[in-house]
Amino acid sequence: MLETLKTLDLTPFILSFKLAGLTTLILFVISLPLAWYLSQSKSKAKPFLEAITALPIVLPPSVLGFYILILFAKVDLAFSFTGLVIASCFYSLPFMVQPLQGGFEGLNKNMLEASYLSGKSKLTTLLKVALPNIKPALLTALIITFAHTVGEFGVVLMIGGSIPDETKVASIAIYEMVEIMDYGTAHIYSAIMVLISFVVLLSVYVFNHTQKKIGGFH
Amino acid sequence: MIKIEINKKLHGANGEMDLNVNLEINEGHFVALAGKSGSGKTTLLRILAGLESSSGVIHIGDEVWQDEKFSLAPQQRKIGFVFQDYALFPNMTVEENLLFVQNDKALAKQLLEVTELSELAKRRPSTLSGGQKQRVSLCRALMNRPKLLLMDEPLSALDPAMRTKLQNEILTLHKEFGTTTIMVSHDPSEIYRLSSRVVVLEQGRVVDDGLPKEVLLKTDGSQKFSFEGELLELIKVDVMFVAIVAIGQQLVEVVVSPMEAKELNIGEKVRVSTKAFAPTIV
Repeated sequence: MLETLKTLDLTPFILSFKLAGLTTLILFVISLPLAWYLSQSKSKAKPFLEAITALPIVLPPSVLGFYILILFAKVDLAFSFTGLVIASCFYSLPFMVQPLQGGFEGLNKNMLEASYLSGKSKLTTLLKVALPNIKPALLTALIITFAHTVGEFGVVLMIGGSIPDETKVASIAIYEMVEIMDYGTAHIYSAIMVLISFVVLLSVYVFNHTQKKIGGFH
Repeated sequence: MIKIEINKKLHGANGEMDLNVNLEINEGHFVALAGKSGSGKTTLLRILAGLESSSGVIHIGDEVWQDEKFSLAPQQRKIGFVFQDYALFPNMTVEENLLFVQNDKALAKQLLEVTELSELAKRRPSTLSGGQKQRVSLCRALMNRPKLLLMDEPLSALDPAMRTKLQNEILTLHKEFGTTTIMVSHDPSEIYRLSSRVVVLEQGRVVDDGLPKEVLLKTDGSQKFSFEGELLELIKVDVMFVAIVAIGQQLVEVVVSPMEAKELNIGEKVRVSTKAFAPTIV
């Protein structure tokens, strides 16, 4: 057992976290204006945008993977780490947009108007007033997006394949271990995944619980 | 001189309604805006602030805020707005709330001193009482030295003692800054104490406009006292009836004859008036 642990290849985990970290960062930048727009808009286009944003939740990963693969064939991005990051951004988009949008929609409208009446632009209001007042939603969005990307399998398999040190992330590695019946390594990999996921989720809930107790957010 | 000539179709709780207001307000005046809920008071304030669209013109002195083709953004109007629910920024301290509007430390210090908030400057809004929050909100509204201060029922969420205290502070600040002010209020004593003019709206139209004394004092004819109240109960006592009427915060008993009692319905608005007698004020 100890021997297995010593020789354990941790690259799949490093790849998984690198992928999840980059995806979260990129999605945060993309989703912030999108979620803000959706929360403030009364436009007729809003339901369409919302539906498109939510699509990755209901679509089988194979459908998403298939279309992205077709798209990537033209730009030669399939089976590369960059391609994996782009695919993950599509796949995890709703997990970033929806909590942020919910947070913004829960803000006191008068408070935002008070900021406009103080002469502040929409951008300043978003960054200085709206964002600092949705901390629990912001944390949820970041963590869930990160965790969801670490846990993705179908899209990663279709877009990335399983190239060691390039696209072989943890979930793929476990799948392969099971296929070659290396249950020992599969056990260890899986246990690490369960542990990390639990700790991450627990910290989100503990943080949101204490925020509610302080009463700083409504 | 502020010139307001606006028109907007509203879909309110009482069906469709035309908000149609023509007003001229002198600079430095304190105008109270009264009327039943749903009469368009808040909408009028929001139109003045640029938060809602309407057709018509708004001129402030020689500045045009709105005409038929153009509407100045709320950001550029230099308006102070006090909301009923304070609408403070929870992520900033009292001082930061003020400085967010305009980084003018001297003005912030002066405002906080007038409203006795200096000691709370570093506190977050969530740790303040309702009255304190509303004072912060008032200070914040004055931070950009507005040409027009708009207040939407600023004191209605506060208890009577706190109201009186804040009315004094509003008065002090109004004297000190001379800001033209429009305040929505339901409270006749508040209107009487603060304003120099009352405009009453009903179904989107101005139905009364004048000095608070003329508009608010409801005695007509030879009556010396006249109060409006709500009839709570009619109790039969021998051959007479006793009516329990709520007038403001107080309940009073009035004797009525069976004939009169027949005409009255529980829950309706009644007027209690009396003629010649010499009241004592203690």
